[in-house]
Amino acid sequence: MSTGTGASVPTLGHENYLNVSYGVKSWLLTTDHKRIALLYLVSITLFFFLGGAFAVLIRLNLLTPQGDLVSAETYNKFFTMHGVVMIFFFLIPSIPAVLGNFLIPLMIGAKDLAFPRLNLSSWYIFNLGGLFTLYSIIRGGVDTGWTFYTPYSSLYSNTHVVATVVGIFITGFSTILTGLNFIVTIHTMRAPGMTWFRLPLFVWTHYATSLIMILGTPVVAITLALVAVERVFHLGIFNPALGGDPVLFQHLFWFYSHPAVYIMVLPAMGVTTELITTFARKKLFGYHLVAAASFGIAVIGFFVWAHHMFVAGVSPYAAMIFSILSYLVAIPSAVKVFNWMATLYKGSVSWATPMLYGLGFIGLFVMGGLTGLFLAALGLDVHVHDTYFVVAHFHYIMVGGAVMGYLGGLHYWWPKISGRLYPEALARFSAIVLFVGFNLTFFPQFILGYLGMPRRYHAYPPEFQVLNVLSTAGASILGIGYLLPMFYLIWSMRYGPVAGPNPWPATGLEWQTPSPPPPHNFDVTPVVSWEPYDFANRPDLKYPAPAPELGHFQPAAQD
Amino acid sequence: MADRVDALFFFLLGVSLFISLLILVLIIAFCIKYRRRAPNEIGAPIGGSIKLETFWMVVPLLLSMVMFGWGASLYMSMQHPPPQAMEIYVVGKQWMWKLQHPEGQMEINELHVPVGRDVKLTMTSEDVIHDFFVPAFRIKADVLPARYTTIWFRPTKAGRYHLFCSQYCGTNHAVMGGWVTVMEPAEFEAWLAGGPVEGSLAEAGERLFQQLACNNCHASSGKGRGPSLVGLHGSTVRLQGGQTVIADDDYLRESILNPRAKIVAGYGPDMPVFQGLVSEEQVLQLIAYIKSLAPPQAAPGQPGTAAESKRPAGEAKKLP
Repeated sequence: MSTGTGASVPTLGHENYLNVSYGVKSWLLTTDHKRIALLYLVSITLFFFLGGAFAVLIRLNLLTPQGDLVSAETYNKFFTMHGVVMIFFFLIPSIPAVLGNFLIPLMIGAKDLAFPRLNLSSWYIFNLGGLFTLYSIIRGGVDTGWTFYTPYSSLYSNTHVVATVVGIFITGFSTILTGLNFIVTIHTMRAPGMTWFRLPLFVWTHYATSLIMILGTPVVAITLALVAVERVFHLGIFNPALGGDPVLFQHLFWFYSHPAVYIMVLPAMGVTTELITTFARKKLFGYHLVAAASFGIAVIGFFVWAHHMFVAGVSPYAAMIFSILSYLVAIPSAVKVFNWMATLYKGSVSWATPMLYGLGFIGLFVMGGLTGLFLAALGLDVHVHDTYFVVAHFHYIMVGGAVMGYLGGLHYWWPKISGRLYPEALARFSAIVLFVGFNLTFFPQFILGYLGMPRRYHAYPPEFQVLNVLSTAGASILGIGYLLPMFYLIWSMRYGPVAGPNPWPATGLEWQTPSPPPPHNFDVTPVVSWEPYDFANRPDLKYPAPAPELGHFQPAAQD
Repeated sequence: MADRVDALFFFLLGVSLFISLLILVLIIAFCIKYRRRAPNEIGAPIGGSIKLETFWMVVPLLLSMVMFGWGASLYMSMQHPPPQAMEIYVVGKQWMWKLQHPEGQMEINELHVPVGRDVKLTMTSEDVIHDFFVPAFRIKADVLPARYTTIWFRPTKAGRYHLFCSQYCGTNHAVMGGWVTVMEPAEFEAWLAGGPVEGSLAEAGERLFQQLACNNCHASSGKGRGPSLVGLHGSTVRLQGGQTVIADDDYLRESILNPRAKIVAGYGPDMPVFQGLVSEEQVLQLIAYIKSLAPPQAAPGQPGTAAESKRPAGEAKKLP
């Protein structure tokens, strides 16, 4: 197998999943998990930039206290569509449906997921749901906030609630089916020697994530269906005038939507673990504890939902239980951070682009996690609840955390996906732009929140303007950080240097097969006889000879 | 209360700064000290340390339990208004706040209160969920339809403070706000005396009580077709079927609007439904009136004694 050192002839000769067949039909009817992953990549990238466009409009409107850009009605639709698109059509599928889909079979030494046709139908179901949501946007949008609180959504809003809710309901099935596919695959299709404790952490976190997908998604699907039923048939489910309870909706909604945050962030933790170990060339510090922590988060995460409701009129004693459980769920997250940090100790730390994203993830996740402690403190949550403090907090977790993880993973596995390397210097630059832009956008929002600016405000008192302008300025930098990778990654698919099977080099099975992988992943079923991330016992893992052009290590004084 | 919230905030801020700086410094130090110097260099074979991992599980756990306890005790005092607090009734609707003082003053998107008095707000919504938020006082509570929620505060400094709606409630959510004006006590008394007011809230409730002919059945003698309401508020009521319920604001509201939901033992389902006939403000006036009907022997501030009827069941007549 060529290691791709002949950069002057940038071709990928071997038969792989990209060149095995051509034509639209060969993609739309594929059952290859790798092609389906790329189909997802296209879909969610479109949704990401759609959701991003709404974010730009939101930030532009907030440049002035009066909200001069659009009317209040339109602004409310913008932040609703931003949330709906970003959460249900980008963040939830992002890492699992793209990177998980592509990598789980490769990482465990399987030739595909357990149910390849189900996998393809998940993508169609996802897009069908997306079409309903796009339809509702084109017809004028929806203005309930992505949280669809009743009775506003079920009785008072005059916008396209039902179409949106149906879209999310349908898309939920694609999430459930993906989770099911992952669990069955991980249980039944591991290569010989790939024992549970030899699985990469990426696989562990996807297992934990799949549990949440299967157990949580049906609840939000039914809850949103009930909103539609109440709207259309005027049944008294959440409507107090008919004996319903509007707060019941919040319980049901957050029963899914809090664990949904872990659907976003657990896979990003899995990615980060791969990045930290590969680029520190060192065993993960405390493999078993980090794997267990994923399950701790997934399980306890199901019992903290009412911390979104401390001021919603719940019993103070129930609030205390949910507060203490919220602190407990923070412990496994803290453990992960400390273990990553300890992994760097006495490592051989490279500053390659994926590592910058991995470190960026840790930094932003720590900020998001620590501010979560503020929100879990009952008496303090009363003040900051439903203010920009909360907006900043969850963007640090969901954008700072999940999207940094997603982009880090996309860079790290890009040579595997495309067979080629992206331009390293530009990629590092854009990772730094992203980090700076992100903090400039969202840090001021913590201050705004503590000063008392409520969220979902089309207009605001003038004393909040300076911080809002700062946030909008940061958002424009952040936008560049998101656009750059899209351009250079596409560019690299044609012009990037050939990567070779294992450019970093890393220990995972996915790196033991050519890049891009052949249609059935492995020519010979691999047999695993090594521990994960065990660089010390893998002397076979060497950089391809003329490595400097890859730029993924510091050519420091060599002795 | 604001000081106590800020104290907790700064405690958390201090802990967070310490932890994040520690992580930041260590990560940067490791990344520089152990940076890769040769392409195929390999990190030290360290697999973990039970001692260290236990340490960084237990210490955050202990710290977080301090945060929990502090936050919970603060929350409990926010949940329990002092008994002598002046009670103001708040009704939220898309998109305005309507406030009623016990002395009868009505305000819209404005609330005037004196310095140094405990103020309790009893709030409900006519339509969707709203949220009453005064950042300067560090208080906030959702305002729900068909239910009462309460918060309380004690203003310590005269001034004008923002009032926001902080639960998204539709198109004009962002402008559903106003001002809380905190005045020196003397000024406040002058303000109270200034406006044109037709009697106190309880008096307005009493007028309504007569207009709606409630007094025909709810005679204070206890011999009417409905139970007497004297001393009812705060008492324990025995219902048909043997259950009991505390006669709080929510119970009174439900029993006015939808009397058949809970029928007092010994009485029939005779009372007509008032849902849609009286506004939320009027319900609050009626409640204020019922609260004012304290039994003469009860000490002020004490909940009234049990107002259960001793009348045997089955005597109620059918409504015409």
